[in-house]
Amino acid sequence: MRRFLALIAALLPAAAEASEVTATFGPDNATRTATIRSTTDLAAFGPVIEAFLTTRPDTRIIYEQWGSNDLYRVTAKDCAEGDAAADLVISSAVHHMVALVNEGCGANHSSAATATLASQMKWRDQLWGITREPAVMVYNRDLLAPHEVPRSRFDLLDLLRPSDSRFAGRIATYDIEDSGLGFLLAFSDSLEATTFGGLMEAFGRTGAIATCCSAEIIDAVASGEYLVAYNVLGSYALQRARGDDRLGVVAPGDYTLILARAAMIPAAAPSNGMAHVFLDYLLSPDGRAELEAQDLIVRLGEESGAPVEVSGTVEALERPIGLHPPLLVAMDADKREIFTQRWRDAFPH
Amino acid sequence: MADAGAVRATLSLKTRVALAVTAVLVLGGALVLVAALAYGRQAAREAYDRLLLGAAADIATAITVRDGTALVDMPVSAFELLSLARDDRVRYRVVAPDGTTLTGDPTAPLPEAIGRDESVFFDGEFGAEPARYVALTRRFAERSFSGPVRVIVGHTLLARRELAHDIAQNALVVLGAAGAIMALFAWLAVSQALRPLPRIGAALASREPTDLTPLSLSAPREVAGMLVSLNAFMARLERQSVATGNLIADAAHQLRTPVAAIRAQAQLAADEVDPGRREMIVARIHDRASGLGRLLDQLLSRAMIVHRADSQPATPLDLRDVAVDVVEACDDLALGIGTEVELVLPDSPVVTRGDAMSLAEAGKNLLSNALRHGQPPVRIGVTGGDRPGLWVSDGGAGAPAEVTAARGTRFVRAGRNGGSGIGLAIAREVAEGHGGALRMQHDGARYTVSLELPGRAT
Repeated sequence: MRRFLALIAALLPAAAEASEVTATFGPDNATRTATIRSTTDLAAFGPVIEAFLTTRPDTRIIYEQWGSNDLYRVTAKDCAEGDAAADLVISSAVHHMVALVNEGCGANHSSAATATLASQMKWRDQLWGITREPAVMVYNRDLLAPHEVPRSRFDLLDLLRPSDSRFAGRIATYDIEDSGLGFLLAFSDSLEATTFGGLMEAFGRTGAIATCCSAEIIDAVASGEYLVAYNVLGSYALQRARGDDRLGVVAPGDYTLILARAAMIPAAAPSNGMAHVFLDYLLSPDGRAELEAQDLIVRLGEESGAPVEVSGTVEALERPIGLHPPLLVAMDADKREIFTQRWRDAFPH
Repeated sequence: MADAGAVRATLSLKTRVALAVTAVLVLGGALVLVAALAYGRQAAREAYDRLLLGAAADIATAITVRDGTALVDMPVSAFELLSLARDDRVRYRVVAPDGTTLTGDPTAPLPEAIGRDESVFFDGEFGAEPARYVALTRRFAERSFSGPVRVIVGHTLLARRELAHDIAQNALVVLGAAGAIMALFAWLAVSQALRPLPRIGAALASREPTDLTPLSLSAPREVAGMLVSLNAFMARLERQSVATGNLIADAAHQLRTPVAAIRAQAQLAADEVDPGRREMIVARIHDRASGLGRLLDQLLSRAMIVHRADSQPATPLDLRDVAVDVVEACDDLALGIGTEVELVLPDSPVVTRGDAMSLAEAGKNLLSNALRHGQPPVRIGVTGGDRPGLWVSDGGAGAPAEVTAARGTRFVRAGRNGGSGIGLAIAREVAEGHGGALRMQHDGARYTVSLELPGRAT
């Protein structure tokens, strides 16, 4: 029952806040409409919405895909004006979401579904983590011998240590100045271990590439331009790796950050209840199964043949990024300044 | 006995105690509740104020001066500390000496007064919600940067309220339990304390109508006081009842003979034809009738004395006044007989406590006995000292042995004109009613009857 009514590629260069892609699901004459703004790729999230609508023929959902920084700015602006253009906001830049809820931009909702969430995956009954995506390393299977495959950050450091290392200049990661998600992952790394300092130093010394966008980075790994991509979100990596034998995905064995995309109902949203129903669906067993089918919920397994290669005990290496006020530090102007300065020192343009 | 209809049963003692205990518990409970709420709020405020201060201190430590400007390397630990107030929204701001905001939320409020204190706590708002803030000052004295940098950290009050609520609730639970236990013990104590009352009621109800003997029951001190009073009341009732019975018996016994004699004489007078003899009989009837009058007076005065012994309170009096009264009252009799009464009084007052009228009555009886049956000279006097007394003496041989042996009890009548036995009985009863004694003695020349009273200690 896929009704793809409109797909507008609104790639306006240098435009102010605007969605990248908008799609509408459900019938035109639907009695209820909900607007979702999200950073998640439409390709991944569309099937979840369709599954939700199968049993709800009277509902229409407008899905807007946004860049994380733009989404934060427009949502904060709406909140400050006491306005809400969306019924539900979902972002992978969870520090943005924590900041929005901290400013009182979120509406309360609690239900049997939200009660199933672990305490660090929700905050104030206003913010909920709906996905489970590890930050992984992606490598090119053809160009790396099995013994070269980095199983941890230490392995990555070792690969970069020789002065004539062939990995020099062929390791890529998100540019934290362009990507809210990239900043969040780098920031979380800096809190997790001192390894990150060494990694930054090695990246800077060997001329690693900081660039934009998961798709481009993964494509470049597949093509052999980059040998390894560091801190790629597992959902994108897995979706591509399933269709491309050249790509290998590794969860770092020293620790693996686990990101839960955060959902918030804007306080000023028109309360027709659709956002609550959809949220409860996402947290229900059915919704989770759909998210898992789209690799938005990834379970790290140690069995061979698993899509993500893991070494070590899963429980010991997982580091969920909690939806809590400490993430506000990632929003602090001075902190960003200091952190970005370190980044620029490592990746001179 | 009191009319049963006059006894109104008011609110039961148990109900009264229950009401009092309830009032105490409710009032005390309200007080403790207010105190618990205040304490809970205070404790929560102190606990979370420390949290705020800790976070502010953390941030203040992270301020560094670089190239002439202050830079804050915001520590995550400060926010982890603030996250202990799990659901509270947090806000911070770092303000440079010139008032510009270095980092954080520029709309966060500043304290109204900038004191000399390193840290100031103040209440403010965070959006629509009330919030609590701390302002911590760190002073810089670098060549390139100097002056106070203020760190403001605040959060909403959810965790504080929850803690205050928890504390107050726990206090209430304890209070409620304590109240219930107190009420239970109060009820047990009252039930136990009131148990003797129905027992006394039952003991009284099951008595014979004429049984006026004291109740012998064990009872708590408060109730025992009532029992003692009740027993004293019954004893008085018993005495009065016995006295009344005695009076009637005495009257019957004493009056029967003289009345029969008068009737016989009257019969004789009616049958006598000789005027001379009739004249003599009439004179005898007259004698008898006046003797009967005196007897009646004495019986009545004795009844009065018995009554007064229970009903009149003892008052301070001078025995000399009593003696003077007695002599005056017997003036006519003394004149009639032609005997002089000598009054022997000490110079200083003889003060004792008693009923002046009863004492005078006793004195009159003793004096008239001496005048009628004794030999002159007749004296009446008062002795002072430890055992004050009123005495009457005459030069005769004294009362007949059977009168003395009977020690002035009732039913004794000496002489045909009667009365001396009753006179002694009256004097004895007055003496005993006053806690004293009646003493009769003969020293060979004079016969003395003295009414001795206890010392004036009472």
